[in-house]
Amino acid sequence: MYKNFFRYLISAIFLLGFSVNSNADFKVGFVYVGPTGDHGWTFQHHEGRNAVEAAGIKTTFVESVPEGADAERVIRQLAQSGHDLIFTTSFGYMDPTNKVAKDFPNVKFEHATGYKREHSNVSTYSARFYEGRTLLGHIAGKMTKTNTIGYIASFPIPEVIRGINAMTLAAQKVNPNIKTKIVWVFTWYDPGKEAEAAQALIDQGADVIMQHTDSTAPVQTAEKAGVWSFGQASDMQRFAPKSILTSIIDDWAPYYVERAIAARDGTWNQQDTWHGLKEGMVAMGPYNSAMGADLVKEVEQLQKDLASGKVHSFTGPIYDQKGNILVAEGKVADDGMLAGMSVYVKGVEGDIPK
Amino acid sequence: MIKIEKRNDVPMALYFFTPFIAIILTILGGGIIFYILGFNPIEALKFYFITPISNLYGFSELLLKATPLCLIAIGLSFCFKSNNWNIGAEGQLTFGAIVGGGVALLFYNQEGFYILPLVILAGAIGGMIFALIPAVLKTYFNTNEILVSLMLVYVSKLLLDYLVVGPWSNPEGFNFPETRQFSDSSRMPLLFEGLRIHAGIFLALAAVMLSWFILYKTYLGFQIKVSGLSLKTAKYAGFKGKTMILVVFMISGACAGLAGVGEITGPIGQLHRMISPDYGFTAIIVAFLGRLNPFGIIFASLVVALTYLGAETAQIFLQIPKYTGQVFQGMILFFLLASDYLLFFKVKILSLKKNELRH
Repeated sequence: MYKNFFRYLISAIFLLGFSVNSNADFKVGFVYVGPTGDHGWTFQHHEGRNAVEAAGIKTTFVESVPEGADAERVIRQLAQSGHDLIFTTSFGYMDPTNKVAKDFPNVKFEHATGYKREHSNVSTYSARFYEGRTLLGHIAGKMTKTNTIGYIASFPIPEVIRGINAMTLAAQKVNPNIKTKIVWVFTWYDPGKEAEAAQALIDQGADVIMQHTDSTAPVQTAEKAGVWSFGQASDMQRFAPKSILTSIIDDWAPYYVERAIAARDGTWNQQDTWHGLKEGMVAMGPYNSAMGADLVKEVEQLQKDLASGKVHSFTGPIYDQKGNILVAEGKVADDGMLAGMSVYVKGVEGDIPK
Repeated sequence: MIKIEKRNDVPMALYFFTPFIAIILTILGGGIIFYILGFNPIEALKFYFITPISNLYGFSELLLKATPLCLIAIGLSFCFKSNNWNIGAEGQLTFGAIVGGGVALLFYNQEGFYILPLVILAGAIGGMIFALIPAVLKTYFNTNEILVSLMLVYVSKLLLDYLVVGPWSNPEGFNFPETRQFSDSSRMPLLFEGLRIHAGIFLALAAVMLSWFILYKTYLGFQIKVSGLSLKTAKYAGFKGKTMILVVFMISGACAGLAGVGEITGPIGQLHRMISPDYGFTAIIVAFLGRLNPFGIIFASLVVALTYLGAETAQIFLQIPKYTGQVFQGMILFFLLASDYLLFFKVKILSLKKNELRH
């Protein structure tokens, strides 16, 4: 009896704290996994936040929030301190986001790259980065002299495997002898490890380096070694002006502005968004003139066709490493297959780490 | 001419008072930094040190954050008091979490009151075993325990990486680097509905009591203290140095392992790569700020936990960069060491005249 009373008392005090802030001005909160100056993943989310701010909506951010026990407190504090819409911009925030969303039904939550939407106030969003990888593959296939493409991969999750496959398929189309060599670094951001991986790939004969990690170390290593490279997440051109052929840019700004306005005007609804070149969530950096005018024209055309849907990154026939058919001739892979992709296509060397 | 002399009569009261001086200096220093950064220092300090704990939820979060710091620091105090420099608590925490988490996964989807105690015990044993490595190498092969324990941190973190990416990764988790969520039977019970503070805090409090008892009421505690003051005296008195080294490392490792298992069975609920934001290293500051005294460590762990929470609140409300939290932790240690130095040594500025007269 006494114990129950104590529990109710605490819950009441707790709820009181929530309701005090609910009538404040409309505010949007952002939770970042890295520092705003990482020139990659977090930097781009921060650019998106700047765009929301420029649209006249108040925002707050918290940077370098570890994906452990701290994430839930930060998200909860944002919800508690009167934020109406909260973007949690890393996969590791998936469970904390859903947990907090349960306790704050009036606050909207947007979780990047996750798949759990346990409550009606949680949306998820991600970009079709693989469309950018198709362009990279086309360029790499044309530019390589050694027919070896080096790929620095983070974790063997579907998103990363999709990128490797999309790139390899596009490269094979323009250069059937292409081989993709992969180094798994098991980190999203570790300049030391990424530089080592880039060097190891260069030593194995790769003359085009690409990365699915966030630091600028690989492009800088490529610049020093005189091989080609591609920027990741943001336009990294100024870090390796000679080496970088183009960058895949994550442009979250249009989505963030759209969703913030929707939440403010009361038209926000739960979604699972997967935008690409068409909507502009995936954009390309400037093409290096070393590619030659013809190749630039080709790639620009391909970019248009991918955006319009005329060309799909995963058009059959596609075979796995053993030669089994994955996608039949004339068909394209559906989103369900793309979302769960867990095998390499033919032409990729090595096994997916298990 | 500057001359540094040792002070002979240092009052013990002052020795326990200097941590407070260090904290006050840190707050003043923080205010100056905020002022230089263009913030109102009073307002910034308020958001830093008062707002985070101004409601029940905030206070419970403070206790949640302080629990692992306190546990690890209690363990470290045994090592540090006896002149054993265990810098690898982070590794012992990680290994404890691995062993404890492994047991939790073993009992996945099973019910039973005995599961959680087993998980906790496994965590403590894991930390203990991992701490024994530098201890054994030190006692039997004369290696440097600072280096060995530090390097083992990376070993355990890489092992955890391997496990959550590979064999222990969630089969339904699309290869994301994390295990399954533990079943409720291996989760720490929550103390209050809606708050994250869990039964792990009792482990920390028990560790405080037990360590006070061991350090001040037992022969082992006496040995530890004497060895810390003078190894030669300890040898002369016939203490078995090797056994003592093994024991203090085991205590320290068990505490760190408990902290790790408390985190994964408490707020986190699974194993993944980010189970600790370097608690094992921050606890070194806590141990010294608490003067290696069990009750001092409680106080110190709360202060240091507050710097974490304050950094978050200050960024949410004023957009002050979150890294100021680390600056505060650094300043606390700096001011503490500086005031210790001035407490035990006096700086004499000799006038040149005297010197000239001597010639």
